[in-house]
Amino acid sequence: MKKGNFYIFINGKKIKARKGQTILEAARKNNIEIPTLCYHPDLKEKASCRVCVVEIKGKNRLVTSCSTKVQEGMEILTNSKRVKKARKINLELLFSQHKEECYDCVWQNNCQLLELAKKYKTIINRFEDRKTNYPVYQFGPAIIFDSSKCIDCRNCVEICEKQGVGFLEVKETKDHHLFKVAPRKDRVCVYCGQCLVHCPAGAFEGVGEFEEIEKPLNEKNKIVVVQFAPSIRTSIGEEFGMAYGEVVTGKIAAVLKKLGFDKVFDTSVGADFTTTEESKEIIERIKSNKNLPSLTSCCPAWVRYIEYYYPEFIHNLTTVRSPQVILGGLIKTYWAKKKRINPKNIVVVSIMPCIAKKYEITRPELKIKGLKPVDYVLTTRELARLIKRKKINFKKIKPKKLDNIFGNPSGAGVIYGASGGVMESAFRTTYEILTKKTLKRIDFKPVRGMKGIKKAEIKINGKVRKIAVVNGLGNAKKLLEEIKKNPKEKYTCIEVMACPGGCIGGGGQPIPTSEEIRKKRAESLYTIDKKKYIRKAHENPIVRKIYQEFLLKQSAIAHSVLHTSYSKKTKEKIRELK
Amino acid sequence: MVKNIVAKLKKEKLAGRSGSGFPTWLKWQLVKKEKAEKKFIICNGSEGEPGTFKDGFILQNYPNEVIEGIKIALEFLNNSTAYIYLRKDYYKRFGYKLKKLARNPAINIVKKQGGYLSGEETAICEAIEGKVALPRPKPPYPTQKGLWGYPTLVNNVETFYWVAKIAKNEYKNQRFFSISGDIKNPGVFQLPEKWTIKKVLQETKNIPNSDFFVQAGGGAAGEILLPNQLNRQIKGIATIIVFNRKKTDLFQLMKKWNNFFLRENCDKCTPCREGAFRIGEMLQKKKLDNKTLKDLFFVLDTTSLCPLGKIMVNPFKSLIENLL
Repeated sequence: MKKGNFYIFINGKKIKARKGQTILEAARKNNIEIPTLCYHPDLKEKASCRVCVVEIKGKNRLVTSCSTKVQEGMEILTNSKRVKKARKINLELLFSQHKEECYDCVWQNNCQLLELAKKYKTIINRFEDRKTNYPVYQFGPAIIFDSSKCIDCRNCVEICEKQGVGFLEVKETKDHHLFKVAPRKDRVCVYCGQCLVHCPAGAFEGVGEFEEIEKPLNEKNKIVVVQFAPSIRTSIGEEFGMAYGEVVTGKIAAVLKKLGFDKVFDTSVGADFTTTEESKEIIERIKSNKNLPSLTSCCPAWVRYIEYYYPEFIHNLTTVRSPQVILGGLIKTYWAKKKRINPKNIVVVSIMPCIAKKYEITRPELKIKGLKPVDYVLTTRELARLIKRKKINFKKIKPKKLDNIFGNPSGAGVIYGASGGVMESAFRTTYEILTKKTLKRIDFKPVRGMKGIKKAEIKINGKVRKIAVVNGLGNAKKLLEEIKKNPKEKYTCIEVMACPGGCIGGGGQPIPTSEEIRKKRAESLYTIDKKKYIRKAHENPIVRKIYQEFLLKQSAIAHSVLHTSYSKKTKEKIRELK
Repeated sequence: MVKNIVAKLKKEKLAGRSGSGFPTWLKWQLVKKEKAEKKFIICNGSEGEPGTFKDGFILQNYPNEVIEGIKIALEFLNNSTAYIYLRKDYYKRFGYKLKKLARNPAINIVKKQGGYLSGEETAICEAIEGKVALPRPKPPYPTQKGLWGYPTLVNNVETFYWVAKIAKNEYKNQRFFSISGDIKNPGVFQLPEKWTIKKVLQETKNIPNSDFFVQAGGGAAGEILLPNQLNRQIKGIATIIVFNRKKTDLFQLMKKWNNFFLRENCDKCTPCREGAFRIGEMLQKKKLDNKTLKDLFFVLDTTSLCPLGKIMVNPFKSLIENLL
């Protein structure tokens, strides 16, 4: 046996384990299931829920398998009478602080709490709910936090801190010296939604997550156009029991048509416009040596983070609008004119992996001639819920093509959904424009993958330029601090996505999430890119056509479709709904 | 330098005086054996258990011996630094005096941060490191990785006092008892450790005339014993509180404990947070449901994150068995 490997016994079965492994890891590796609630592979183990307890032979006290390391010869029982009894009682105590609202909960279909309750014959109302009167908060137009559902695992506090935001904190209450999770008045939420995807109890939800998802379908006498983000096509299948990362682009198109949307477009085409315009801007900034490093701005949580926490970097943000906003703008200007539709009669709906996108569309400076480019944002989860409500069989539906003229993106537009995708797309385009040469090696591997901060150097026209790609706001904070401390470290371009892994790990995506799941969602996006004939944004025929026919000819309106502005943000009042 | 201090401690069977009873010689040897460029010593003067005041008494009357004990440890462990961790009022009363007596830059005085839990050995390490004083998961034990990750010897104030005595061959297997309650003669008494609770009360002239019961082993963690259960040595910390059986409102007493646990627990783990809350709820309603209590005691005892949840069971369980 390899050094550091040894045997342990789980439920009498001899199992190979490795020094440093936890009991949970060793068990799961051998397909022995141990239930967990507060445990999340993205976070430090807190061992607070006490549901993953197991018995070690000869010891009176049970131990938590998530935090206890294996030892040679250890004899572990994962399902003894005492273990089951302890889990049952601890679950009853967890339920005693969790107000059940199962009918509208993000865990509706795969609630771990309920599953365990059934398994361990838990009396879920054994104790009176002690949090019935706890407040419900709303954070901007994006997130609702119902603290009466919170089971005090504090995952949200940890991820919020890890995101470099620290908006959620643990506070002592006057009620029996009990602590509770609450928002901090001196910080702001940036709406990334990572609290939501890391909460095991469904205490967080998107605004309108249950009540408002049918609204776009009820827009009478309007042309209702829908677009969906790159990362949705490799994640929504999970909601219907399909494999992680399964590509379902055509199925999404089919389902959206069946739901009654008049046109189905691809936000990835919007991304091709973003890339093309952003490359132009980068080249200008390089030439004038102004506002470098250029910071990407497709991620609204990141933009808000800069606007509130690091306003000194506002001028570095690219002024180019995000893909959904550009596409919405083009639909209501260029496309409307072509189709001879009054833009006031067009409703644009975006299906996004993101909760912050709900906030983005409320930004007043985005309006074009008084109209919002996008009228509704539904998250991946919300679309899945809508499909289920309408009893459409997603798994079986026959794929359909997306609609012209915004239905066919370049490969570059699709990889926007993964961390590094925006940079890679921009690189493909910028390189060709700057060098006037054809880029032979299209794959730009150094910026791919799940690493929090990826740094690379590119040689263009004989000059070496530094770039960085960041996912996770906490990592962005690190890099910004690094830049502030060491201004000599000069980057030309920095891509930041607020969520781990980029949009494929977004706050609007299916739950659960983990690095393993995010990797699969991202890999599939790269597979789509690889199969595409056109893989560079500026080569997309529709991009060329619209630039030539419209954007280059009418510069005023082009500017309002393609660019935006930012401003320093101040504290805002946190709404208490209850 | 004191020769063969470990052998001496072993011969005298000195056990940790915080109540844990861990063999002192073994702890010293464990820290000694660890390979590290530096080591730390913590003298724990956090004395947070209700009804316990013997460390304060020792710091008041025998500070020289305590310092002496720490100095023996400093000599014993190469390249070591010591911290005396004092609860806030002790820091105010004795901090300056101890610093002056020590006359040694390797001995530092630190003020306790936080409440009851911050007196736990790993929580002290967190506190001295400037973090929130809550217990760390064990293992690793402080003997392996304590302050700033270095091997650390944590002993109680009283333990260091006895180390000094043992070094001078003046140890007579005694310990300090904190005695209080409905009695005539409260205080701190230095008595043979082998004495039963009954003998301790008799010899200190503290057996009440009327019917009584005692809480032995701490004012929060200690168990409730009836007069006919006193023919035993004390378990845990040497704290005895005597109650007049007629005059004591048992629910009031339990509420006091419950309040203590609600205030002092960290609210992290389910059994301790919710268990303490539900016990309190039952006390409020004056309706104790035996089955529920049994279940709560079970998860507190077997699944709580740190010892606080476990010790919470002792007083309630023994009071209910003996007096209700």
